[in-house]
Amino acid sequence: MPTGTVELRPPRNTLDRRAITWWRWQWALVFGPAVLVLVLLGLLIPPAAVWLLAPAVVVALIGVAWCAVLPLWWFGLHRWEVTDTAVYVRSGFLWQEWRVAPLSRVQTVDTLRGPLQQRFGLATVTVTTASARGAVRLRGLDAQVAADVAERLTERTDATPGDAT
Amino acid sequence: MSEWRRLDRRSLGVTALLLAGVSVSAGVPIVIGTGLPALGWLGTGAVLLVGGGVLADLVRLRRTRFRCTAERLEAEFTFVVHTRKSLPRERIRNVDLTANPLHRALGVAVLSVGTGRQESSGQGRITLAPLALADAEALRTELLHRVAEAPADGPLATLDPRWIRYAPVSFVAPALGLSAFGALFKVADWFGAGGGLLDWLLDLSGELPLAVSILFLLALAVAAGVVGAAGLFAEMWWHYRLEREPGGTLHVRRGLLTTRSITLEEQRLRGVEVVEPLGARLAGAARVDAVATGMKRDDDKTDSKTLLPAAPRAVAHDVAAKVLGEPVLDDVRLVPHPPAARGRRLRWALLAAAAPVLVLLLLGVLLTDVLLVLGGALAVVVLPVAVALALDAYRSLGHGTTTRHLVSRRGTLRRGTVVLERDGVIGWTVKQSVFQRRRGLATFTATTAAGSGAYSIRDAGADEGLAFAAAAVPGLLTPFASAAAEASRA
Repeated sequence: MPTGTVELRPPRNTLDRRAITWWRWQWALVFGPAVLVLVLLGLLIPPAAVWLLAPAVVVALIGVAWCAVLPLWWFGLHRWEVTDTAVYVRSGFLWQEWRVAPLSRVQTVDTLRGPLQQRFGLATVTVTTASARGAVRLRGLDAQVAADVAERLTERTDATPGDAT
Repeated sequence: MSEWRRLDRRSLGVTALLLAGVSVSAGVPIVIGTGLPALGWLGTGAVLLVGGGVLADLVRLRRTRFRCTAERLEAEFTFVVHTRKSLPRERIRNVDLTANPLHRALGVAVLSVGTGRQESSGQGRITLAPLALADAEALRTELLHRVAEAPADGPLATLDPRWIRYAPVSFVAPALGLSAFGALFKVADWFGAGGGLLDWLLDLSGELPLAVSILFLLALAVAAGVVGAAGLFAEMWWHYRLEREPGGTLHVRRGLLTTRSITLEEQRLRGVEVVEPLGARLAGAARVDAVATGMKRDDDKTDSKTLLPAAPRAVAHDVAAKVLGEPVLDDVRLVPHPPAARGRRLRWALLAAAAPVLVLLLLGVLLTDVLLVLGGALAVVVLPVAVALALDAYRSLGHGTTTRHLVSRRGTLRRGTVVLERDGVIGWTVKQSVFQRRRGLATFTATTAAGSGAYSIRDAGADEGLAFAAAAVPGLLTPFASAAAEASRA
């Protein structure tokens, strides 16, 4: 019975649970400054206080709801897996995306830790193939897991002859 | 041949003539505009420009040297800074020769050697400008390890002068027509006669009503566009020849005034794209582009990757078959996409067409009835066109495989049929929006090292598309197919 969804099984591993907190902080840093600016302006310009503080409250409420609920949903959607032959990642929420890159075609494996990620002990592994648009990203892995994955992938890649095009 | 060599001295002549030409073409309008007194200053300026340019070129010539050893092609430039480029010969993937009319008059050509890697940073490319024509040809032959002999099976395609009839139906023609008018008015403006020219053009059409005069001007613009497009086509494609050379390279030679010689290693070829812009498609024509690794990314110009200009579709299919070594386009049976894909296209087209109409109607209700009429007229014209384009876009959708290739076709204003080697697919991306999920559609994108890097099959059936993608590249997607899908297939 076709359900309309793509019949690919979910990858085995979830991200690290700290990714939820990481996403919450990311979005808090988006909503926070906006609310702050509105509140400050509202306090400094008394005549317009209502018109500035009311939107501030609305934005703040949306932001809190956003940060509280959505990361939980995203956590369920983002999954990854590295098999003996391929890297397999599922990501996206409104536009779901499944990416598969065979290990035999992997060219570089990069690990990246942004300031927020460092704070939460997370890392992003970027696996690029010879395609200009084929990079596979594993965002929000535990730093140690990410290092292991990167090492394993690099070993596999070195063992593959040719220039992987 | 391992001693250091230098570029050809005739480069000085090229530079001098080029700068003199620039001086004259920039100076004449100024002299006309401001009168003779400016002549002295301009003359001095021109002499300085030409002299300085030649001097700089002299320094470049004296300080540049290159050599071709058994392993590497090396080029050095030493002036204040020292730069040295070195390409391993086994990595050299393309050798292009270009000669503009100045070069040809002086018997030189520009040789450009690339490895197809790190093109953007300029690291993977050596340009030798210029070399004597004979030297350049010899170096090209040597670098590609080719024997300079005629290919055994003759050219894959040569220019048929009748193809020029497809040039005016391209999108270039109207643009050229408009720019011709623009240039005309610009020149007239230099003489302070911009308004006069318009009067003269309108007078020319006599006592006719304004509408007829405008139609007349439009016809003039179209004629200029047609002539311009045909001229451009001739300049780009005259003496066109596509050959397969011994040793596995494709060689395109073309050009009327500026001659170009482009070499492509077949080892780098991952497929071809047959491109049919709407105008060409209505005229029954198609163009063939190469999908190869190491070409500049996102370069959609009809330049170095075009293997065949717009030609009758049968010729295009024939050339594609010869290049690919398999008559893919005649053999393949394209699977049409589910009707839900047609619905999506209709909705998009109607939304895009309805937006300006609705804005006009809204403004009409608020402001004046004229806009209501205008909006109605626009709707009558635009909506049927949008529907026709959407239906055509749906008809274009299709995908299929042959033993060695994967084919995906889509588009209406620019219908493109991509033929990709199945071995060249280095990953799959499946994308599904919430809207697509509701209708059981998904977009399957094959990533590859060649061409634009990713080629999509849009809005295929979620189940059929997945089975297709899994079958097209064995072993890649199969391990991840869900248990339910496995069960239903068993």
